[in-house]
Amino acid sequence: MNKRFLIKAAVLAGLAGTVLAGGAALAALKGNINIDGSSTVYPITEAVAEEFMGANPGVNVVVGISGSGGGFKRFVVGDIHVSNASRPIKKSEVEKCAANSINFIELPVAFDALTVVVNPKNDWCDSITVAELKKIWDQGSTVKNWSDVRPGWPNKPIKLFGPGTDSGTFEYFTEAINGTSKQSRADYTASEDDNVLVTGVAGDQYAMGYFGLAYYEENSGKLKALKVDGGKGPVAPGKDTARSGKYAPLSRPLFIYVNGKSAQREDIKAFVNFYLDNAAALSEEVGYVPLPDSAYKTIKNRFNSGKFGSVFSGKDTIGLTIEEVLAAEK
Amino acid sequence: MSSESRNLEARTFSGLPGAASPTLARRNTNERLIAILLAVLTWGGVAILMVLLGHIVHEGYKYITPHFFTNFASRKAEIAGFKAAIIGSLYMIGLTILLAIPIGVAAAVFLEEYLRKSRLARFIELNINNLAGVPSIVYGILGLMLFVRFFNFQESVLSAACTMALLILPVIIISAREAIRAVPAGIRHAAFAVGATRWQVVSHHVLPAATPGIVTGVILAVSRAIGESAPLLLIGAAAFIRFAPKSPMDRYTVMPVQIFSWLTKPQEAFHQVAAAGIIVLLVLLLALNAVAVIIRMKAEAKYKW
Repeated sequence: MNKRFLIKAAVLAGLAGTVLAGGAALAALKGNINIDGSSTVYPITEAVAEEFMGANPGVNVVVGISGSGGGFKRFVVGDIHVSNASRPIKKSEVEKCAANSINFIELPVAFDALTVVVNPKNDWCDSITVAELKKIWDQGSTVKNWSDVRPGWPNKPIKLFGPGTDSGTFEYFTEAINGTSKQSRADYTASEDDNVLVTGVAGDQYAMGYFGLAYYEENSGKLKALKVDGGKGPVAPGKDTARSGKYAPLSRPLFIYVNGKSAQREDIKAFVNFYLDNAAALSEEVGYVPLPDSAYKTIKNRFNSGKFGSVFSGKDTIGLTIEEVLAAEK
Repeated sequence: MSSESRNLEARTFSGLPGAASPTLARRNTNERLIAILLAVLTWGGVAILMVLLGHIVHEGYKYITPHFFTNFASRKAEIAGFKAAIIGSLYMIGLTILLAIPIGVAAAVFLEEYLRKSRLARFIELNINNLAGVPSIVYGILGLMLFVRFFNFQESVLSAACTMALLILPVIIISAREAIRAVPAGIRHAAFAVGATRWQVVSHHVLPAATPGIVTGVILAVSRAIGESAPLLLIGAAAFIRFAPKSPMDRYTVMPVQIFSWLTKPQEAFHQVAAAGIIVLLVLLLALNAVAVIIRMKAEAKYKW
């Protein structure tokens, strides 16, 4: 009886301790954080949210995937606290923010390398120049066969696979390759689901497609990534070449945008700081290229000093290196 | 004489089935060919369905573990769970049923039992039939403007349930009307004859007798709602959420949206997790249909005419 009582007391004391400790954490941080936007940035934010909620059970983080444009549509009216974006905010979106008196803080969180892929049975093509890519993908392109791209390549029809027009990947690729965002030939197989593109290219010897590095790395057995020659010789896509800025012009910065008023809230402040502290490890884990540690420090300072506005909006971010991102942040 | 014998011959000829008549033989062959064709098409469809189901089960069975039902979503496939989506779907469907059944059945009763046949009645009927064929994404846009923004329910389970209720109302009204129409007029006449009011006739006789048909329609409509993802993506179902809704104003996700967000991930393991989610969704749908069959059989046993 006595023994049992002691055990019970011990268990109770232990429970009380846990509850108190948990209670302290709960009391410290409580709230709902609404995030929406790019499906490219989603895996990083998802990973951060998962870890953050593990450490702060009182905070509920909800992440949606309505695309970079869809996220900004909700961000500029104040529906959401944080917007994921695989491209900088547009001038028109900045104007809408101003009209609704919404301030925002712009935070680069990682890099992605857009990867041009072909079928592994394609033995004639290992690298491709930006000019050749433009010839294939530009609006009004007359390329029908591989031989139209470079003499000596087979006289077989080229099958093209690419993302749909609502995706940030499409906007970035067309701007980097064709010169104008959203200017592209339209007669290719388009899908918002990158796995459909993977399956398409993996199933046809004469296919070509493009999407984010993570989808290539998960399917590297079924696909062959092309080296891209941006004028300084062919460079293979990969974390190292994206980090060093050599893989140009197809590496791109990924952002989160935080509502200025929300950034005053303790839970959101903690979340964004947690994001920047862990973005390096977590973005790498889900297949992206982290910024250097020093960059995250600079960006964290930027956030905590509450600098509003965009340094990337309306500027040419094509082929931006991490150093340039950093310089822009300072 | 000779013409008569020829006539006789002709008569016996046509009277013998399957005999030497060339047209009859051709018709019989055609008949057999059609039967074979129909059987091939039917079983072909079933076979394709079986292959698809087999593929899904093969892909996903190893992720059907106890923690698949108790964990929330995760970036790690091994510990990713379906809990928020299962509870979210059930919560949303429960609210949807509460909203849609009373309104749908009331509308059907009014249209069948109270409203006189008029141009207006025909106009309403035509519109309901058309609404049943409107693509679900259109209801999503309506829900976004009306419930999320105008009524300011925001991205809550309530918004989703209201939108889904609108989506399935036409189906419920149409099937309930058909069930009510199938109740023999004699039952109504008998009740009126002993002095029952119209509402007494409806509530004591017509509705109980029409229940099996109404329930079938409701279950079919609910099965449609539970598999919808497009309108819910539009009105703010979350891709990543680590809590289950506790009140109608909470954020939520549902099974089809969770499956979709797993399917678009690059990792192969998540496609298998998605397959596991599909299995759970299918089992739930079959269970719903089984419930409908049971209710139907019980109710039908009570009413025989």
